[in-house]
Amino acid sequence: MKILVAVKRVIDYNVQIRVKEDGTGVVTDNVKMSTNPPDDNAVEEAVKIKEAGKAKEIVAVTVGEDKAQETVRKALAVGADRGIHVKVEGTIEPLAVSKVLQKIVDKEKPDLVFMGKQAIDDDCNQTGQMLAALLNWPQATFASKIEVKDKSLEVTREVDEGLETIEVNIPAIVTCDLRLNEPRYASLPNIMKAKKKPIEQINASDLGVDTGQRIQQIKVEEPPKRKAGIKVANVEELVQKLKNEAKVI
Amino acid sequence: MSVLLIAEHNNKEVKPFTLNAITAGSQIDQDLHVLVIGNKADEVSKSIAQVPNVKKVIQIDHEIYENYLPENFSPVIIKQAENYSHIVCSANTFGKNLMPRVAALLDTSQVSDIIKVISPDTFLRPIYAGNAFATVKSTDKKKCVTIRPTSFDPAATSGGSAEIIKAEASDATTLTKFIKREEVKSDRPELGTARVVISGGRGMQSGDNFKLITAIADKLNAAIGASRAAVDAGYITNDHQVGQTGKVVVPDLYIAVGISGAIQHLAGMKESKVIVAINKDGEAPIFSVADYGLEADLFEALPQFLEELNKLNTIQK
Repeated sequence: MKILVAVKRVIDYNVQIRVKEDGTGVVTDNVKMSTNPPDDNAVEEAVKIKEAGKAKEIVAVTVGEDKAQETVRKALAVGADRGIHVKVEGTIEPLAVSKVLQKIVDKEKPDLVFMGKQAIDDDCNQTGQMLAALLNWPQATFASKIEVKDKSLEVTREVDEGLETIEVNIPAIVTCDLRLNEPRYASLPNIMKAKKKPIEQINASDLGVDTGQRIQQIKVEEPPKRKAGIKVANVEELVQKLKNEAKVI
Repeated sequence: MSVLLIAEHNNKEVKPFTLNAITAGSQIDQDLHVLVIGNKADEVSKSIAQVPNVKKVIQIDHEIYENYLPENFSPVIIKQAENYSHIVCSANTFGKNLMPRVAALLDTSQVSDIIKVISPDTFLRPIYAGNAFATVKSTDKKKCVTIRPTSFDPAATSGGSAEIIKAEASDATTLTKFIKREEVKSDRPELGTARVVISGGRGMQSGDNFKLITAIADKLNAAIGASRAAVDAGYITNDHQVGQTGKVVVPDLYIAVGISGAIQHLAGMKESKVIVAINKDGEAPIFSVADYGLEADLFEALPQFLEELNKLNTIQK
């Protein structure tokens, strides 16, 4: 079995986001970038499946600017076998990403495609479901547990009501929740070894995919700020304030 | 121009967020139709027909729709979509799972999780865990939009009398099989719509200690929330998680107990009307969004809090 894992480079989850003064976006210069957190879970799950002897090859793919390659390199350092970097400049929407990934799937013919359930930059939560639609494959989104069976996967999904279990035929798309597993750290020897693993470079334009924007970003602004609150001295004062000042209890 | 809204329901009752989505949908265009895909969901259609903002209900009934698999839902939605300018539903796990599959089949770039309708093609949506708001304009002919339910008031549920028409089902998928749903049953108000929410974090130290929170929730008729750290640690089940990748809540009163206030948690609660933080670390970021901060050991503060509530003559429920 072959697993394709899609990873995205985003602003690190610990960075305090600052909006640009001209309203064109958020500040990314000199800001720490990392792999989108649930994409790390997707890589980890693929590696675990390979370690269990149920997969032969893991291919990590990213779609983005030159530096997006770092995320593929990181996946290679924790166990992916080779990488693909589809180069595209500027913003690319989930629909276009899923069309690019569709081309990669056509070429690589994986049995499974894994990725994070949501990117923490645009918070869209679309790409996996869109790719599943374009390929006419089943989708198992928000996965917190995956069991590999003969010709299918049994997936536990985190939904608003609690947990849901579905069985999807292989080939399938799985989008991963943060609770799926605990991503490992790459060891130094593995980071060195990963530098020798191949990353194929492809230009998005050569795939014949229209990556033009369908959604215009008119402006980006800071959300309204909350007015500063107060510290109360004790529980009694807290309850009095809630009762008489805020009038919420 | 007309709007087709995909209703979320359990085949017996309409899920409350459908009503918030109806409000947003009718702000896009007055001609709002609701698609009820389900199994023996007549009662659902009847109750939606009574919502004054709804002009028509289209019901598609078949046993294959019992468990709302997107592989089964999307083909019938595509068929219906022909006559509409907008396809909308709520941005909870139901809509997040379904809408992108529909959008890709319609070759539309979806606008996710809107918090405001600026015009029929322009919307406000939070990005970066709500640390920035983006105004975006969709240039697609047909627009697929998911709606953050807590940013819109629920529509009125009586006074309307929309016509209900039936449409045909499509073929069943062979790709996916539903196995089971483990719903956590509770008599408490739903987290997403509760007037008061009290949440615990890593500071609770164990699942058993959540009984301190439960006692106060009982008193205030509150829903119980949690930070991701508390869910990851196994103190409480995932359906309680509030945050960027969990649920977004906007109660009148949000009480954060033993929660440090990572930006991912703030993303799910900082629009609450009144925020209380109880934490022994006075530097915890949660205090930066709290209207009332109490720097205290929660194991002393929570029993006292309950005691003070018991002294009150009346409590809003």
